[in-house]
Amino acid sequence: MTTVTIPTIISHDIDTRSHDADGTPRQMGFFTDTSICIGCKACEVACKESNQVPDDGLHWTGESYDNTSAIGCNSWRHVAFIEQTKPVQVPDEQGSGALRWLMASDVCKHCSNAACLDVCPTGALTRTEFGTVVVQEDVCNGCGYCVPACPFGVLDKREEDGRVWKCTLCYDRLKDDMEPACAQACPTKSIQFGELKQLRVIADERVRRLQSRGEEQAQLYLSDSTDGVGGGHAFFLLLDRPEVFGLPPDPVVTTRGLKTIWTSAGGAALTAVAAVALAYLRGRA
Amino acid sequence: MVPPATPASYYGRPVIKRPVWKWEIGAYFYTGGLAGGSMLLAAAARRQGRDTVARRALLTALAGVSVSPVLLIRDLGMPRRFYNMLRVFKVTSPMSVGTWILSGAGGFTGIAAACDVLGIMPRARDGAEVAAAALGAPLATYTAALLADTSVPVWRDAAVELPLVFAGTALATAGAASMVLNDPADSATARALAAGGALASVVGVQVMEQRLGDLAAPYHEEPWGLAAKVLNGAGAALTMLGGRRRALAVAGGAAILAGGAFERWSIFKAGVPSASDPDYTVAPQRERLEHFVGHRQAEELAPGGVS
Amino acid sequence: MAECHPVGFQWVMEAKERGAVIIHVDPRFTRTSALADIHVPLRPGSDIAFLGGVVNYILEHERWFKEYVVEYTNAATLINPEFRDTEDLDGVFSGFDAHKHSYDVASWSYEGMELMSAAEDREGAAQAEHNTGEQAGSGGIALKHGEPPQDRTLQDPRCVLQLLRKHYRRYSPEFVEETCGVPKDLFLRVAQALCDNSGRERTSAFAYAVGWTQHTVGVQYIRTAAIIQSLLGNIGRPGGGIMALRGHASIQGSTDIPTLYNLLPGYLPMPHTEHYRGYQQYIEMNAAKTGFWGNAEAYFVSLMKAYWGEAATRDNDWCFSHLPRISGDHSAYTFTRGMFDGTVNGFFVLGENPAVGSSNGRFNREALAKLDWMVVRDFVEIETASFWKNAPEIATGELQTDKIPTEVFFMPAAAHTEKNGSFTNTQRLLQWHHAAVEPKGDCRSELWFMYHLGRIIKEKLRDSAEPRDQPIKDLTWSYPTDGDIAEPSAEAVLAEISGWAPGREYLKGYDTLKPDGSTVCGCWIYCGSYADGINQTARRKPRQQQSYVGGEWGWAWPDNRHMLYNRASADPDGKPWSERKRYVWWDERKGQWTGEDRPDFIIGRAPYYKPPQDARAQDAIGGAEPFIMQADGKAWLFVPDGIRDGPLPTHYEPRETPLANALYPAHVSNPVLQVIEHALDPFNHPRDKPAHDGAFPFVATTYRLTEHHTAGGMSRFVEYLSELQPEFFCEVSPELAALRGLTHKGWATIVSARAAIEARVMVTDRMRPLRAGGRTIHTVGLPYHWGQNGLSTGDSANDLFHLALDPNVHIQESKAATCDIRPGRRPRGPGLLALLEEYRHRAGIEPAVPAEVEVET
Repeated sequence: MTTVTIPTIISHDIDTRSHDADGTPRQMGFFTDTSICIGCKACEVACKESNQVPDDGLHWTGESYDNTSAIGCNSWRHVAFIEQTKPVQVPDEQGSGALRWLMASDVCKHCSNAACLDVCPTGALTRTEFGTVVVQEDVCNGCGYCVPACPFGVLDKREEDGRVWKCTLCYDRLKDDMEPACAQACPTKSIQFGELKQLRVIADERVRRLQSRGEEQAQLYLSDSTDGVGGGHAFFLLLDRPEVFGLPPDPVVTTRGLKTIWTSAGGAALTAVAAVALAYLRGRA
Repeated sequence: MVPPATPASYYGRPVIKRPVWKWEIGAYFYTGGLAGGSMLLAAAARRQGRDTVARRALLTALAGVSVSPVLLIRDLGMPRRFYNMLRVFKVTSPMSVGTWILSGAGGFTGIAAACDVLGIMPRARDGAEVAAAALGAPLATYTAALLADTSVPVWRDAAVELPLVFAGTALATAGAASMVLNDPADSATARALAAGGALASVVGVQVMEQRLGDLAAPYHEEPWGLAAKVLNGAGAALTMLGGRRRALAVAGGAAILAGGAFERWSIFKAGVPSASDPDYTVAPQRERLEHFVGHRQAEELAPGGVS
Repeated sequence: MAECHPVGFQWVMEAKERGAVIIHVDPRFTRTSALADIHVPLRPGSDIAFLGGVVNYILEHERWFKEYVVEYTNAATLINPEFRDTEDLDGVFSGFDAHKHSYDVASWSYEGMELMSAAEDREGAAQAEHNTGEQAGSGGIALKHGEPPQDRTLQDPRCVLQLLRKHYRRYSPEFVEETCGVPKDLFLRVAQALCDNSGRERTSAFAYAVGWTQHTVGVQYIRTAAIIQSLLGNIGRPGGGIMALRGHASIQGSTDIPTLYNLLPGYLPMPHTEHYRGYQQYIEMNAAKTGFWGNAEAYFVSLMKAYWGEAATRDNDWCFSHLPRISGDHSAYTFTRGMFDGTVNGFFVLGENPAVGSSNGRFNREALAKLDWMVVRDFVEIETASFWKNAPEIATGELQTDKIPTEVFFMPAAAHTEKNGSFTNTQRLLQWHHAAVEPKGDCRSELWFMYHLGRIIKEKLRDSAEPRDQPIKDLTWSYPTDGDIAEPSAEAVLAEISGWAPGREYLKGYDTLKPDGSTVCGCWIYCGSYADGINQTARRKPRQQQSYVGGEWGWAWPDNRHMLYNRASADPDGKPWSERKRYVWWDERKGQWTGEDRPDFIIGRAPYYKPPQDARAQDAIGGAEPFIMQADGKAWLFVPDGIRDGPLPTHYEPRETPLANALYPAHVSNPVLQVIEHALDPFNHPRDKPAHDGAFPFVATTYRLTEHHTAGGMSRFVEYLSELQPEFFCEVSPELAALRGLTHKGWATIVSARAAIEARVMVTDRMRPLRAGGRTIHTVGLPYHWGQNGLSTGDSANDLFHLALDPNVHIQESKAATCDIRPGRRPRGPGLLALLEEYRHRAGIEPAVPAEVEVET
């Protein structure tokens, strides 16, 4: 296990190179610490600039300061804004106690067991040497199967183009040992990029620290490799339940039920054969 | 005012994405099922020596497997890249598996139908017919696997029942088509399949809805499911009671053909509302988590002897 | 700060992580509040009451840093016996002229200390102006007769500390609650947190932005913070200070090397038509006898040599007569009014969008329609450039395109990524940026534009014999150019700013400047930024390889000192106040100051040095007097000169307010606030007669959103930013929404006597009604980014605001005014004027619409 000392949030230095000294690729990922997100949306803009993602249209939603609404083919990062008036556990009662404004930057989770990748019939979705999941835009034929397969609603088809698009975790930049655009742009290091195992150590320490300060709801999301998607290469520290941020509380990769699915389908097929056999007997001349 | 963020969702927005498949996929579920059922029926009729019934079933299957790829390719975002599906075989992707099933079943049906119509190579015809029948059954049910292998609650949580429902409608529509096309005297098998399949699908859907509980609500948002039940029930009744009379057979067959179409359409359509409402996604997961946590807490408490 | 300075806010988050308590005082709950430990919602325009409450708390509870205050501030200094406080005169200080709405500041002086100008000038009014306003850039007063008298026991009722006690005695927690709408307990929590975190071992910092400055008492807001920080010993020490957060990149730079009409580079005052008889007098009046301003002549002469080179000689007073003169207030709103008067006929607009960004947009736009010509340089066709075809006044019929004489020249500008140059940030740090690409098409840098414009004018005047053209003919104007577009070298400009001695020997610092014409320096405070012929501002040594102060990253003025007045980080004996807070200290063995930063002090001046009676300039600075730019070397709790509206900050209501002044019923608002009187700028209620149940019962305040840039020129035309905040919206509390029938996501019309605008409605708990003055105060929050052009369009919030200004710096009061809000969209066309007229009628305001405009009724 890697040991890291974390004097502070921002000035600790995470090694953001995607390769070891000998050129071996590392398992890389994002740790999005929403407790220090200031909702500036620099991640959204940097992502679009770097990946040449089209704009997502101008729609004022009235949903706090969120006019992006969701991750989609044209928004690979999405900052959620949640205004809460419910009492929260902070020592003071008159100051910030009555009102809480949560902000959180969401992104493709790059699941260790990725449904999109499993169900893709063309192999357009692949796992990279860094453990991340990308859509190869020159292979995808837009069958759309990954769209409902993703337990997080990340994959999305761009209608005018026909293909699906999502966060690549800046695969092109990782190739060159560069940090993904969103992480580099994040002013408070709410989005941290680094080697997955190092990030998990940092995250464990961070959540412990917050909990000891009375943030009882502070929790890690998708940091556990035994969860339903085998943990995410992008994982999060949340200050409330995942569903508050529009995240599924207990996501399970669809293909975990594959055995049941195929058994049922096979069984039904055999049943159909048997039924025909019965009917055959009935209809024998 | 800025809507209060309820514990269950983010401004009521879906957690998962709605399926983006267009009507062609719903239509394919029908044509694929009809074709698969007809392949089985063709083989059975051949064994019974009813060559006309077999030929018509083969041609029905051929029509189905001919239209199906067109529908599938039309739905692709980049139709000219359809062949990318044929470069890969993935058992984790029912769509990949289905592509090969459809290709195989289509190929064998084509051979069998060609031999039959041209009257050549009867042994090749019979072999192809059997092979098509063997693939026809999975062709009828793999689409259920395809739906179940998603995160859409109404599909995903019906992984057990859906294939049976699809098998039912496949046999029912194949039987119904045969009833309509053939002399009632030759249609005993078809009638049995039509009525049995129709009833099986009605029962299957009922069981599925009951097991899904609240998640099944999307089935009742549009009238397709109800129409399917009525048509299948009426069609099965007509078939059983008056199927030996040509007119009633045609009426019963038509009802079942329509019922099957509505049944598959209703299942296809239920995916969108099921994916759109975050409650359908979140509630079962939250329940599962709390159950799990409760269970774990109970385990942790037990050794300490706390009652 | 998280909203408008997200990049800088990372350090606030860092501090929080290390245990700092973050307190956010703002009428609204913003993205900053969301991350702060304590959010204090207060009524817009009541900050002096709040901060004065803190001053009172510090004094009442004896929480001030005694040794620091006695030694380093003017707490012990005795003030002129003639001085009378607002507490004595019911809301005004001594010297108030009720007729002219101005002060004669003579009685505010230190006891026995006459002001230079008071002795020289015969005209009272001119004297008042000299000491403030137009000359405020220069470094404080000159002390004529050595050290001012002090009572170091702080018992004399005329000493500053006693005056302070008296002035703020009524700023009790109850007063704060009643005036600011901040519950007493919450106020006390803030005051205690601040005091607990100040002293030898700990320091606290203040950060503010235009939420403090855009008031008719804006300067006094900052002054109150300065009093608190001086009392708590938080100036000149690490982790202390008062940070002004700027609205753009390099706003600090634009005051250092100014775009301000009343300053020359380095805060040297611009000569005035009447106040100086000549060069000698200019120098005498501006070079304080003591402190570092004592060398003002060296700074000035070096500047003249940079301007006029060989032409500037001792015999011609270094071309002093070439300099333009000011004749009074030529600030933005005054010269805009001049467009109506016909005194301003041409207008250059560079990197601004007054049609959207200035208060009372209608006043500004109609003024533009009076010009002969206007040059707009920007990335895109901003509203200022297109006012002649799509200003809101065209829709109402107030302006007609074919009747506007203004010739508009729109010149596309290059972005910072397309040019070399430096940014100066709020901490006076110069950082060089390199061009990444050449500008496209006709886009050019400002430097290119100004250089070539000057070059062409000089060419045209080459043969002119007119004396008036001599200053331009004499200007040094030779900068190397580069590339196909002949871009002038920005580095050559920096070299000239930094300065050189004969033989192009690049200067190392401002203490090498000479008054004999041998040194050339374009801005004395930037002297040394090109030392050794190296662009010091381009240094980028990583933080891991140097002290945390970062002395080798960029270059900070003056002399690469990162913290001003850092001598105050050591005690009078030169030892750090505490090990934890050590920064700069006296090394007895080496006989010099040393530490983490460059000492902002005379390097070899021992702590125990006492200046002789007749010492001048820096020689007059005692070894224990850290505030070296002040004539007495001390931080000023009481300001005897340099501010127009009082030596001590006093709570006044905004010009438009729903409440009376709880302290001084006779003077609701600042008695010397400046008003741009114009028919297009009626007020919602008469001065000093607040109207709480009239036509305009609510408070309006403006602000920015992270997603947009000021008046929108850099964001509303960019799809990636526009989509993030695509529409103009107002923020209201659920209570106000219920009161006025506003629906979330619906539309509202917001009305003042100046304008009616429409916005989408966001009803949110982040806006809270406050209890103040015995009533409920509702605030309407208005981000001000929108105009008619670009991808994201909408009405301009600034259209609602008026032109009452701070008397010192002429900034508008756009952070607190009154308004009404009603559901639904505003009328179109002339109906809009009818609505306004109806409101003005209800408010009892004289008709302001010009007679020739027909109004549908």
